[in-house]
Amino acid sequence: MSRQSAPSSGIRFERVSVAYGKRGGLGARGANGTYTALDSFDLTVEPGEVMALLGPSGSGKTTALRAVAGFVQPVSGRVLIGDRDVTALPPHRRGIGMVVQQYALFPHMRVEQNVAFGLKAQRVPRGEIAGRVAEALEMTGMAAYARRYPRELSGGQQQRVAIARALAIRPGVLLLDEPLSALDAQLRSGMLAELARLHRELPDVSILYVTHDQVEALTLADRIAVLDKARLQDCGTPQDLYRRPRTEFTASFVGNANLLPVSVGTGGVRFAGTELAVATVDVMPGADAILCVRPHLVGLGEGENTLRGTIAEVQWRGSTHRLFVDVAGHRVKADVRELRETPALGAAVALHFAAHDAVLLPAGTGQAATGPVAGETDAEAAASTPSVTAVVGAISVAKGAGGDIDG
Amino acid sequence: MLVHSRTGRWATWIVFFALFLPLFALPLLVIVAASFSTHWSGAFPSGPTTEHYGAAVRGESLEALTTSLITALTASVLALAVGTWAALAAAALRRRGKRVVDALFMLPVAVPSVVVGLAVLVAFSKPPMLLNGTRWIVILAHGVLVTAFAYQSVSAAVTRLDPAYEQAAASLGARPWLVLWRVKLPLLLPSLNAAAGLCFALSMGELSATMMLYPPDWMPLPVRIFTATDRGSLFTGSAVAVVLMGTTLLVLLAVSRIRTRASYR
Ligand SMILES: Nc1ncnc2c1ncn2[C@@H]1O[C@H](COP(=O)(O)OP(=O)(O)O)[C@@H](O)[C@H]1O
Ligand SMILES: [Mg+2]
Repeated sequence: MSRQSAPSSGIRFERVSVAYGKRGGLGARGANGTYTALDSFDLTVEPGEVMALLGPSGSGKTTALRAVAGFVQPVSGRVLIGDRDVTALPPHRRGIGMVVQQYALFPHMRVEQNVAFGLKAQRVPRGEIAGRVAEALEMTGMAAYARRYPRELSGGQQQRVAIARALAIRPGVLLLDEPLSALDAQLRSGMLAELARLHRELPDVSILYVTHDQVEALTLADRIAVLDKARLQDCGTPQDLYRRPRTEFTASFVGNANLLPVSVGTGGVRFAGTELAVATVDVMPGADAILCVRPHLVGLGEGENTLRGTIAEVQWRGSTHRLFVDVAGHRVKADVRELRETPALGAAVALHFAAHDAVLLPAGTGQAATGPVAGETDAEAAASTPSVTAVVGAISVAKGAGGDIDG
Repeated sequence: MLVHSRTGRWATWIVFFALFLPLFALPLLVIVAASFSTHWSGAFPSGPTTEHYGAAVRGESLEALTTSLITALTASVLALAVGTWAALAAAALRRRGKRVVDALFMLPVAVPSVVVGLAVLVAFSKPPMLLNGTRWIVILAHGVLVTAFAYQSVSAAVTRLDPAYEQAAASLGARPWLVLWRVKLPLLLPSLNAAAGLCFALSMGELSATMMLYPPDWMPLPVRIFTATDRGSLFTGSAVAVVLMGTTLLVLLAVSRIRTRASYR
C-alpha cells in the first residue's frame, strides 16, 4: 500500500489553561465562578509518537483533546501542531483526525460517504476520492461494508469506520477520545492490537490517546501523561511510570500500588516500628515519605523485608489470590499465586518484598487515586491488575528495555 | 401492546371509541353527510345529491382552493426558512439571548390571530410598505402566524442535536456552511418535515386573520366556507369544507411520505 502521509507533526501544549462557564464542574472554582478544567498544561507529543493521556473521569483529558481540536478556546497558553500555532485557528483548518467515544458517524450517509466526507470537504480532486476511501476502508478491514449505513453496523465495525474516516484525510495528528470504551472486553483487546498495527503502518502519525484505562495506555503508548484534577501529574514511558512512579497518584492509579507512610532513616526506612531496607534512599533522612510496593511483588512468608499482620480479606482471581492484610492499621495488598487453601480471615501471616522492588516517594506528592489504601475492593481494579502485570512484562520483552531501571 | 388481558383490551377499545367517536369522528361525519344532502330537517339528512361537490370543485370554489394551496405552501416555505434560520442562530446564542428570541417567536402564538391580522393590516397599509389589497398581505400574515410553530419545533430539534456530529465534520475540514448543509440540515430533516406539515395545515385552516386582510381576488377556502354558510348555503359550505379537509390530508400524507434517512437512526 503506497501512501504518502501528511508531513509528520507533533503536538505541543504550552501552559494551556481551559476554563468552563459558570455551570457544570464540581471542583475548584475560580473567583469569577468559572471552572478550571485544565490548568497550565505542558506536554509535547513528538512526531510519530503515541501519547496516552491517562486519568480518572473528570480529570480534564477530553478538555485537553478539545483544545487541540479547537472546540474549546484556552484562556491562556498556546497549542502547536507541528510548528504551527493553532490556538486561534478554527477547527476545520487544523488538519487533525479525531475519533470520539460514540464515533459520531453521520447516520444519513453510507459508510463510503462518511469516509469521503473529509476528502470532499478538503477539496481533494474528485478522481482521487474513490481510491482513498477504498484505501482507508481496506486499512481498517471495512471494505466489504462500504455501502452500508452506520445503523447497520455493530459497535466494533462503527469504530473501524470512524477510524477510517479520520485517517482518510491523512492527518499528521490523530486524536482518540476513549475510542474503545463503548466496546465489550473482548472486542477491546482486539481493537487494541488493531490500533497498534495501524500505527506501525502509519509511523508518521502522532497519536494522542485519551483513556481512563491503564491497560490501554500501557499497551499502546510510547509515553503516558497522567492527568488528575486538571493538572499533569506525571509523564514518562509505561515502564518508567509503572516501576518508578514519581507521585503517589501515579503509583496508585497506574497498577494500584501499596502506599505505606514511612519515616526515612539512614540507609533504610521505618514503617510502624519495623526497619525496612530499600535500594535507593533519595529522600532526606528524618523526613516522612511514602513507600510504594506493587501487590504482585509482595509474597507470603518471611524475606528481605518482612511485614506481619492479620488477613482481613481474600479475593480469588483465577490464577492469583489477592490478600488484604492489616499491618499495624494499614491494609497491604498482596497478589500471590493461587493458594491451595484459602487462608482464614484473621489468621496471622507474614509478607515480604525485596528491597529493590520498593520505590520511595517524597510525602505530599498529591493524593492517592483510590483514596485510603484500606478497603480497596474496586471491581475494575480487581479485573485489570493482573493483566497490567502481564502487559508490562510483555512490553519489556518486546522493547528490550526492562531490567535496567529496576537495578 | 401495554394491556395484556383480553377483557382489558376490549375495555380499552370501548373507551377509545366512546371518546373518539363523539368528540372527533361524529362532527366530521355530520359535515360529510351534509355535503351530500339537500335537506336536513329530521334526525338524518335527506335528498342525497352530489351537486354540491360540482359547485365545490368549480369556479369560485376551485379558485379559492388554489388560493389556499398557494398561500399555505408559500407561507410554509417562508416560515420554515425563517424559523430554521432563527432556531439555528438562537442555538448559538448565550442562554439569555436564546430566551429573548424564544419569547419573541412565542408572540404570534400567544397573541390572538385576529390581533396579528389587525397588526399586519395597520403596519402594511401605508407606503412604502403598502401590501394592503394584494395577495402578499395574506401570505405575509400566514407566514407570521406559522413561523412561530416552525421555530418551536425546529428549535427543539436543534437543542437535541448532538454537537459531536458537527464537531466531527469540522475536524474533517468542513467549513461551517458545509457542516450546515451536509450534516446539520440533513439530521434536522425529520423535524423540518414535521414542521412543514404543521405549518401547512395551520395555514390551510386559518380564518380569523385572513378575514381582516383578504383582497377580493385572493379569497382562501376557509373564507369561502364562511361566506357560503353565512349566506345560508350550509350544504355547499359543507362540501367545500370536505374538499378543504381532503386536500389538507392529502398534502400532509405526501409530506409524511418524504422519507429521511436520518430518521432511521
Ligand atoms: N462543557 C462543559 N461545561 C462545563 N464544565 C465542563 C464541560 N465539559 C467538561 N466540564 C468539566 O470539566 C472537567 C473535565 O472534563 P473532561 O475534560 O470531560 O474530563 P475527562 O475527559 O477527563 O473525563 C469535569 O469536571 C467536567 O465536569
Ligand atoms: Mg472524557
